[in-house]
Amino acid sequence: MTSLILILISALFFNGIIGRVKSICAGRKGPGIMQPVFDVARLLRKGSVYSETTGPVFKIAPAVYLASVIVACLCVPFGNKAGLISFNGDFVFFAYALALGKFFCIIGALDTGSSFEGMGASREATYSMLAEPAFFLIMGSLALMTGHTSFESIFADLHPSSPMSWALAVIAAFIFLILAMVENSRMPVDDPKTHLELTMIHEVMVLDNSGVDLGLIFVTGFLKFAMYAALIANLLIGSIPVGFGIPVFFAVQFVSAVIIGINESFTARFRMNHNPQFIFTLACIALLAVFGVMLMSGQLI
Amino acid sequence: MDNKVLNIKNGSCVKVSEIPVLSYDCFRATTLELMSDKARHCSSYFAYPCAEGLRLMMCIADDTAHDIKVFACDVNKGDSLVSAAKDCLALERYEREIHENWGLEFEEHPWYKPVRDFMPGKYKFFEMEGEELHEVGVGPVHAGVIEPGHFRFICNGEDVLHLEIQLGWQHRGVEHLMLSKKRTIERVLLAEGIAGDTSVSHSTAFAGVWEALCGIQPDKSVLWARTLAAELERMANHTGDLGAICGDVAYQLGAAVYGRLRTPIVNFSQRWCGNRLGKGNVRPAYAPYAFTEELRQQLLSDLKAYERDFLEMSDKIQHFPGVLSRLDRTGIVTTEQAESIGAVGMAAKCAGVCRDTRASHPYGVYGTMDIKPVVKDTGDVLARTELRIDEVKQSLAIVRTLLEDMPAFNTQVRPMGEPMADCFAISLTEGWRGEICHCAVTDADGELAAYKIKDPSFHNWMALALAVRGNEISDFPICNKSFNLSYCGHDL
Repeated sequence: MTSLILILISALFFNGIIGRVKSICAGRKGPGIMQPVFDVARLLRKGSVYSETTGPVFKIAPAVYLASVIVACLCVPFGNKAGLISFNGDFVFFAYALALGKFFCIIGALDTGSSFEGMGASREATYSMLAEPAFFLIMGSLALMTGHTSFESIFADLHPSSPMSWALAVIAAFIFLILAMVENSRMPVDDPKTHLELTMIHEVMVLDNSGVDLGLIFVTGFLKFAMYAALIANLLIGSIPVGFGIPVFFAVQFVSAVIIGINESFTARFRMNHNPQFIFTLACIALLAVFGVMLMSGQLI
Repeated sequence: MDNKVLNIKNGSCVKVSEIPVLSYDCFRATTLELMSDKARHCSSYFAYPCAEGLRLMMCIADDTAHDIKVFACDVNKGDSLVSAAKDCLALERYEREIHENWGLEFEEHPWYKPVRDFMPGKYKFFEMEGEELHEVGVGPVHAGVIEPGHFRFICNGEDVLHLEIQLGWQHRGVEHLMLSKKRTIERVLLAEGIAGDTSVSHSTAFAGVWEALCGIQPDKSVLWARTLAAELERMANHTGDLGAICGDVAYQLGAAVYGRLRTPIVNFSQRWCGNRLGKGNVRPAYAPYAFTEELRQQLLSDLKAYERDFLEMSDKIQHFPGVLSRLDRTGIVTTEQAESIGAVGMAAKCAGVCRDTRASHPYGVYGTMDIKPVVKDTGDVLARTELRIDEVKQSLAIVRTLLEDMPAFNTQVRPMGEPMADCFAISLTEGWRGEICHCAVTDADGELAAYKIKDPSFHNWMALALAVRGNEISDFPICNKSFNLSYCGHDL
């Protein structure tokens, strides 16, 4: 329960901090930190417009997308305090809850019959597919290291063990952060700011969504960022007391948002055909982590 | 050959009777023969009503001889002629335009598609058959605040096989208005509005035509002011485009810095003539706004601040791998393509074709300067980006040279008199996109019988369509931005 409340709180600020960092880097005054939340509040007060070609799938897709991410958030523990959903192998459930949401988002986009949204859907499906091995490999190496298969017991056990667990935590933090960027279609894979439909990935899939539906999609994006950052925070929190854990949690959320903001300010996005290589590199790094753990624990040789 | 064409200089006026009138077969053969030389390109080719029928007027600019070859041909309305475009691709859009405006038929024309007169539903777009192909239609309403144009891609997955561009949504009938509006001020305002971002160069071309027709030689200060305004326009637009290119590859730093750098240049224009785009700064025969010593000091200090940041930022993007990987080898126009479609300006210069009116057909005070056109040979988006950077550096040097020798100004309106009767005048200028051509023909009463405008975008849209072939569709926006062609300049 603790983790869910903390994720909800940080989700309120996450995108605002990214926007703030970007505007400071560009020398602009920029919007306030709460602006994304105000935007959502404005959208939620509006009605939705549906094109004639769309069917029921398009209408339920945003709600399913949001629900899937909320369910995934329920799995995230706070250190050794389990999330509301916790069982052996819960990280597999976590990954596929997210995949279900993404699946609905994609078929919702296809339902519009627009050639743009079809392109966006095919890109998003490809990149999600390529990102999946990275998540499982890094979770596998953590499981191998600790000998547990649920989020809560992995994170509780990760810390005290060895310097090796610190090394693994750094690699895992890196991979979770990049995954958060890929899954949220941020730079360098996708440019959330662009108005050019032909280069978009996620944005083009939601072109036809409006009002409440669009608001739900935005909220989902906020939650996803906070959720991945919460996983990173868990790598540090481990079994330390809640009193210290909460500041560490927010510090990690803040630093993650700043890193993403700085990255978006000073890099250019990749050419579309370089994205698969980039995402696949994550899986390779995760694979190295698995081998490292196997070597250290004597399971390989 | 000599008796078949009339060689005239840029900005000159001749009697219509001096222009050789050929039979169509001879006209076509002469055109093809002239166009076979790579140093020549068609600056304008148009028809206008003359006596009972139509007169075709061909203006081919020769960059080595520094003159323009003009010849004509009389045909009847509704005639069916053998297309010259089937042997010389550069003429295809001119023939389509003449067909659309005057109903002449061109047999065996390679692609009879509408230039401006586009009716949705009536025209069938180019199609390709294939299980794995899909079409993507973009526009005419775009996501950004830009002009309307329809782009239809045929793609195999992410790769573009073919792009068809359909324009015409901005057609305002500028050429027709030029004839129906009788006052010079109305006409010069129209010229400024042909393409708002090129208002100085277009109004300079108009002024050149008008002064030639009225037989007036403007003072040196007038030419000096036009040249300065044109170079400022070039710098402002190139800087804005560099920012937009950075924005398209999501390089926020470049977009922010170049966006800021454009402002002092356009603000200086505001200070000088009261308009950020230089509207009102060019009038036939006189310069309405004096360039004072105070403005000179202001411009020198603006340029000093501008140059430091511009050079630093340009050095950064030319060495930043993230940006280079997006620009390098994207959207290539080959030299052969640029020559075959008769590309002008940046689209030609990026592909190794040296076409710069400032050097080949000098006007204003360019004749007294030694202008070395910036030419790149790779033809990709990077070449067009570097071309802009180098042209801005060149413009900085030109502006500083101009400022060293400031003429005295007389801002009094100079009486123009009436245009001479039965005359033809032509004026070429190098706008920041490329060669602009204005032609005028007067009738026996000294009234305009025809006014033909050609914006560089008229040739260069085809270069964009060719450049994106084989590229990823997600790279289209960056290709488009690297050309930054004008919709309204094409549509008139």
